[in-house]
Amino acid sequence: MKNKILLFLSVIFLSFCFIVLYKGLDNSNIYTPKDISKKTLNKFVSREFFSEDMINSEEIFFGNKFYILNIWASWCLPCREEHPALMKLSKKQSVKLIGLNYKDDIKNAKKFIDKFGNPYSIIITDVNGTISIGLGAYGIPETFVLDENKKILKKYIGPLNDQSIKEINLLLK
Amino acid sequence: MLASQIGYYSLILSLFFGILIIPISIKNFNNVSQKIDTRIISISFLQFFFVAISFFGLIFSFVNSDFTNETVFNNSHTTKPLFYKISGTWGNHEGSLLLWLLVLTLFIFLFLIKSIKEPKKYRIITLLFQETIIIGFCLFIIKTSSPFNYLFPEPTEGLGLNPILQDPALAIHPPILYLGYVGSSIIFSASLAALTQNYISKNWAKHIKFWILISWFFLTLGIMIGSIWAYYELGWGGFWFWDPVENVSLMPWFCLTALLHCILVLEKKLFYSSWILILSIATFILSMSGTFLVRSGILNSVHTFANDPERGIFILIFLFVLIFISLIIFFTFNKDVHQQSIKISLLSKETSILVNNWFMMYFLSVVLIGTVYPIFLEVLSSQKISVGPPFYHKLIIPFLIPFLIFMSIGPNLNWIKSPIKKIKIQFFLIFLISILTSFLITKKFGNINLLNTILIIVSFYLFFITIKDFFSKENINFSQKISHFGFSLLILSILLNSIFSSEIITNLKVGEKIYFNKTTILFESIENTNSKNYKSIVGNFKIEDNKNNLTKLKPEIRVYDYPFTITSEADIKTNLYSDKFLVMNIVKGNEYFNIRYQVKPFMIWIWISTLLISIGGIFSLFRRLHEK
Repeated sequence: MKNKILLFLSVIFLSFCFIVLYKGLDNSNIYTPKDISKKTLNKFVSREFFSEDMINSEEIFFGNKFYILNIWASWCLPCREEHPALMKLSKKQSVKLIGLNYKDDIKNAKKFIDKFGNPYSIIITDVNGTISIGLGAYGIPETFVLDENKKILKKYIGPLNDQSIKEINLLLK
Repeated sequence: MLASQIGYYSLILSLFFGILIIPISIKNFNNVSQKIDTRIISISFLQFFFVAISFFGLIFSFVNSDFTNETVFNNSHTTKPLFYKISGTWGNHEGSLLLWLLVLTLFIFLFLIKSIKEPKKYRIITLLFQETIIIGFCLFIIKTSSPFNYLFPEPTEGLGLNPILQDPALAIHPPILYLGYVGSSIIFSASLAALTQNYISKNWAKHIKFWILISWFFLTLGIMIGSIWAYYELGWGGFWFWDPVENVSLMPWFCLTALLHCILVLEKKLFYSSWILILSIATFILSMSGTFLVRSGILNSVHTFANDPERGIFILIFLFVLIFISLIIFFTFNKDVHQQSIKISLLSKETSILVNNWFMMYFLSVVLIGTVYPIFLEVLSSQKISVGPPFYHKLIIPFLIPFLIFMSIGPNLNWIKSPIKKIKIQFFLIFLISILTSFLITKKFGNINLLNTILIIVSFYLFFITIKDFFSKENINFSQKISHFGFSLLILSILLNSIFSSEIITNLKVGEKIYFNKTTILFESIENTNSKNYKSIVGNFKIEDNKNNLTKLKPEIRVYDYPFTITSEADIKTNLYSDKFLVMNIVKGNEYFNIRYQVKPFMIWIWISTLLISIGGIFSLFRRLHEK
């Protein structure tokens, strides 16, 4: 009897798996983060942080030699940790810092900027996290260094530290 | 043209033999005679023979660059070296399935020859299960992925093989991996047959262990070669990326390793018999699911072959038919009556093998969930999530600590019950030594967090204990000693490698220098050369450390014409202590090159230790052959 119940349950479970996998065949191409260095950035559209206008990625990545894209959020503690490093980087002329505000409450995010300073030339928001997924991000903070052709030179997972700042400086020559 | 035709019709003939063998076997099964009908063996040989002809037909078409064959057209090119023309045969979806089929038919033939001493009914039922799998694959190939599709008019040139697949390691990686996968199909069929015939016994354990060892050996070796390829060719400077397809080969490995340990118990006592059945079934089902995940295009990865939903649906249905058949057989026949009831002490080999199995199942579930969960989540809630290395590292690494401790102590315990005094003072002494060793390492290099320190301690513990075991006379299982020693070495080298690796990424132009970790990297010059099927740019680098040791590294950028692809070939200088790894990339419209230089300690030991692990398996295999 016990065996029959077990058999019954496993059949139900497996049928469920079958249906899911069958459906999965239709929308294939599951996203998994890839090593996307050496690739170029995909186009995307997002909302500007202060003005809340929609802005195209083409307009953001325009006219500079290097870009640094930093994914951050006010609720993210490691982001505070790396903030001074970003402030330092923002003094460099050759590079444009872009902040991508990830799944954040806009009030909290503004408070964060008021309190710690704004290192970014422009901030865009990613309310549902899709832009970050498009970028191949694992989590936040994460930082991408891009060249003028929007090619990703390097990506940092986790907060930037002195070592990574040194590396970024080397890349930006 | 002719070779393709012969190949195609041989494939159909082998399907015919596969179907023919079924009524003959059933007739023979009901027969009173104790002997297996010799016709069965000859037909099984013919089946293998015609698949082999078909496979050679395909190889022949590849060698002759016969572009009327669609598979050849899609995957080959006249300028390719002969070696890669041949390896191109299984470097694509259609050809690799034909290779699967070849190994399937070869293994069932070998099984029939090798199992002469086993009961007739058991052999026939194994054959029937195996034929079901073979016929399924045959139909799959003929229906959805025939390697012999005809193209007219004949194209003048082929599309070429993906250059990252043009590598010696990758030429042998699939065949070896398939030997492992397909070996598990024999274990699957044989254990189901043994279940229906109520033949699960010590004798059966001895007999099936041979096949477990074979498939475990090839699976281990196959995974290792794939990993070496990823290290050399993908140029990311790592050897394991938790890519879904890598995971898919790792899952049957966990299962098979658990099975390998369990079968040792069954050889001595009738324990764990249902569990062994579940493991045998699961190993093959996982291999098949792997095929499904890779071939259906449901996952995206470096390995995915051309996506075709029709193929996915076929394998999916086939896979679930096999799962349901094995489920029903398992629940109808498994009665658990002959379980001996002996009390096993907590301190015994049986318990430690059980613990090993728990860990294997835990690791397996982590990898399984990490690989499959994103698919389920997207279908059920259309959310996309990413599962990357951090997930696996966080869930697996801490559990290595108790695992390694059990692994050090387990093999030294007795069957049934070990007296406490056996846990000798030696064990504590060795533990103290390992603490001391890791203390010295931490002190010398600093900056190691607590988790890593503990990991170093326990892996040194296992390392020292396995070394000690080599000198002890009590335990005669030499192959186990080698494998466990290899494993301790593997964990240790991976650990030290990941802690002490250093890397620099920068842009350099010819003539420039950069300082990094007390070494100077000088970009001397570049050379352009032409090869048969690609052009290359070779950079000359001089690496000089503070003791004036000079290393020259020549990374290469290859530009392949067919299909047009640019690949970066890393230059790696290996010695016993560390690998120096340098790879360069073109920065567009610039005289600068993007340089990535890495020092990876103990890299070669990762390969050596994996080799040791599999050599342990081979030793055990030879010992069994010798005993007979």
